[in-house]
Amino acid sequence: MAEQLYNAIFVGSIYALFAVGFALVFSVLDILNLAHPVVFMLGAFVALFCMSTFGLPAALAAVAAFLVTGLFGIFLDRLAFAPLRRRGAPPLSAMISSLGFAIVVIRLMELRYGPDLTSYPAGSLPQTVVQIGDARVDGLRLLIIGLAILLMAALTYVVRATQLGRDIRALAENPRAARLLGVDVDRAIAATFFISSGLGGVAGALLGFAYNAIYPQMGTPYELKAFTVMVVGGMGSLPGAVLGAYILGIGEIAALVFLPAELAELRDAFAFGLLFLVLVIRPRGLLGHRAVERA
Amino acid sequence: MLLECDGISKRFGGVHAVAEVDLAVAPGQVFGLIGPNGAGKTTLVNLISGHLRIDAGAIRFAGADVTRLAPHALTARGIARTFQGVRLFKGLTVLENVLVGRHARMRSDVLRRLWPRGAPDRRDRESAGLLLERLGLKRPQALAGELAYGDQRRLEIARALASEPRLLILDEPAAGMNPAESARLRELMRALVAEGLTIVLIEHDVRLVMGTCERVAVLNFGRKIAEGTPVEIQASPIVREAYLGSEDAA
Amino acid sequence: MDALGEFVRVYQTTIGVIGINALLALSVWITLYAGQLTLGNAAFMAIGAYGAALLGMRLGVPFPLGLVLGAGLSATLALPLGLAVFRLRGVYLAIATIGFGEVVRVLLLTLPFTGKALGLNGIPPLTELWHIYLSLVVVAYVLWRVQGSTVGRAWAAIREDEIAAASQGIAIRRYKLAAFVAGAALAAWAGGLSAHLNFSIEPGDFGFTRAVQILVYAVVGGTPSVAGPILGATLLTALPEILRPLREYRDIFAGLILMGVIIYLPRGLVTLAELRKTRRLQEIGAADVA
Repeated sequence: MAEQLYNAIFVGSIYALFAVGFALVFSVLDILNLAHPVVFMLGAFVALFCMSTFGLPAALAAVAAFLVTGLFGIFLDRLAFAPLRRRGAPPLSAMISSLGFAIVVIRLMELRYGPDLTSYPAGSLPQTVVQIGDARVDGLRLLIIGLAILLMAALTYVVRATQLGRDIRALAENPRAARLLGVDVDRAIAATFFISSGLGGVAGALLGFAYNAIYPQMGTPYELKAFTVMVVGGMGSLPGAVLGAYILGIGEIAALVFLPAELAELRDAFAFGLLFLVLVIRPRGLLGHRAVERA
Repeated sequence: MLLECDGISKRFGGVHAVAEVDLAVAPGQVFGLIGPNGAGKTTLVNLISGHLRIDAGAIRFAGADVTRLAPHALTARGIARTFQGVRLFKGLTVLENVLVGRHARMRSDVLRRLWPRGAPDRRDRESAGLLLERLGLKRPQALAGELAYGDQRRLEIARALASEPRLLILDEPAAGMNPAESARLRELMRALVAEGLTIVLIEHDVRLVMGTCERVAVLNFGRKIAEGTPVEIQASPIVREAYLGSEDAA
Repeated sequence: MDALGEFVRVYQTTIGVIGINALLALSVWITLYAGQLTLGNAAFMAIGAYGAALLGMRLGVPFPLGLVLGAGLSATLALPLGLAVFRLRGVYLAIATIGFGEVVRVLLLTLPFTGKALGLNGIPPLTELWHIYLSLVVVAYVLWRVQGSTVGRAWAAIREDEIAAASQGIAIRRYKLAAFVAGAALAAWAGGLSAHLNFSIEPGDFGFTRAVQILVYAVVGGTPSVAGPILGATLLTALPEILRPLREYRDIFAGLILMGVIIYLPRGLVTLAELRKTRRLQEIGAADVA
């Protein structure tokens, strides 16, 4: 039981790291970045590359994943979103553009690494088991949970207490006013994508470490779950995304525990059923504050 | 009375955008609605046109209760409106905009059109064409978004008139118009009223309001603070304070 | 004439698939035309596919009736779904329909009579090319005529500005729902035809990826006319055949085309035929897809 709870928190943490980046871009630019799962996957592969080609330890590889995917995120914006912003295209166009981008990158990765599972080099990942009370838990996952919480705390600090964070929040509230008030909009947008993609990349690397199995399409299931997370927590709300992520993690593990084995697939339906319910009954979600586009 | 609002209220969160407003517009009248910015005029219009749900109070049109009706149902009954800042169908042509305006009065021609030579209803196009002429819109095939601002405003009025309304609500129709255009608008309104239309006019242009309205109501902070003839309103100290007071604060 | 017959015989399946993809693209086009972006049509396709196949194989229902019932079932499900989500717009609607799609996919994996993960096999190959293309011609004709009617104009108005459209006497909910349900029924019809073309179906055929693919056909081909989705479906389905030596890279081309179109030709490739109008629309900011 305790192990399951711990598992739920681990799953929730990964969802949270993934979703928070997704929510950040949505809250600032109103776009659903369907290329986010790509940076998630790239993070895992960048870590792989660093570990197998340069022999870097996992910790450094994770840092590299953060930096490389962060920069990649800025590249993604310049290529797929900036041209649309310049002509004032609606957010749906951006969504479709990111879709095209994702298709291209995922396919390129499939061509390079094959569609099947790849693992990290043997012995590169810690294999400790830690005893917490009654439960014997995987040390690596415990570490990941800790890291995830740390990263989210860091994000909160940046968003609330730094000038950059204030700029980003101003941009999210009212882009035109932000520009008039002297906010360097381009820099703030670049920073948004750097942070969002960096977090997504780290999440991918950490997940890759935990399961020791990565593949080019690994981001897609998380993307779909992220929709639920954001809707439940409140579209565009960062704390909402975190809350939603843990709710989903706990809900899924609970479903797994309480459902008979043949109905295990329904666990996925839980996520979407929840999504649906929230969108229809309370589109604002738990912590969302912006008015949902309603007729 | 053609339009009656009894104690209309609308809250957003904790703020009363409109509070207990009573209005009575007689048929054939031009009724003005003025007030400082943020007084709740457009919210009130949105309540009357069905775009926002009323929290308290009732609205009657031609004697029938229309409080809970959706916008399209109100249009079918004869209430048409224009929007502050013009909401045209920019990607559609001028003619198409007016044809859409006529939607409530057109019969659905889907089945007729399934036949290869299914004849379009000439009458609708003709009456649309007449409206365009009357409003001085010369290029029916131009895209609505390409028109100059003044033309766009007139197109919006043409579109609203296409539904053959009994009551026309104009939300700041003169904004951005030069004096010549305002004068033409005044003429148009007089002609429409002579044909039996009732108009509710929301405006900041004092000359237009005073020149065309028989009765004027003044809103401030969501409440009606004064009502009367234009002369009475101009002389009212309460009204002056509302406008000057808000200027002070600004 | 013989050469043509040979060509058709050799490429029969591909030609069939092109037709089906065109029908699917049109199903998404209807909703896009009314200003709604739905990613649930792969799920409706699945309902039509499984519906027609199961009715035929388990209950001996004749093929044409099976298709009709599949479409009917789909429309019946689309109605409450459409009512539940008609107030949602933009990305929220997209997400809700994605959610619906996933629920359907998971149900297909779990319900006993669907064959679960293995799907259905041995579906009799009852679909002829002429079924597909007759459907396509009829649907395209009807949609073309509807486009110029009061209904089509109402949909266009809703797409342009829903709030203004409501004040023109257009019952927004009714019209949006009609587009949504029509799209669902059409997708199901295509699904039924597809199932009897391919001998077997499985839940994985109808997931998020498929829904995205259908959307891409419509968006790349173009939204201003019925020709758009048909063009998009034809081009993107035939592409792997044309680029046979490059088939490894066809997804990459598809992705690049998608990005290129949405950035530079947002109303799709058909607009190449009317570049002047597109430029006029771009100048007034009315040139985007939804």
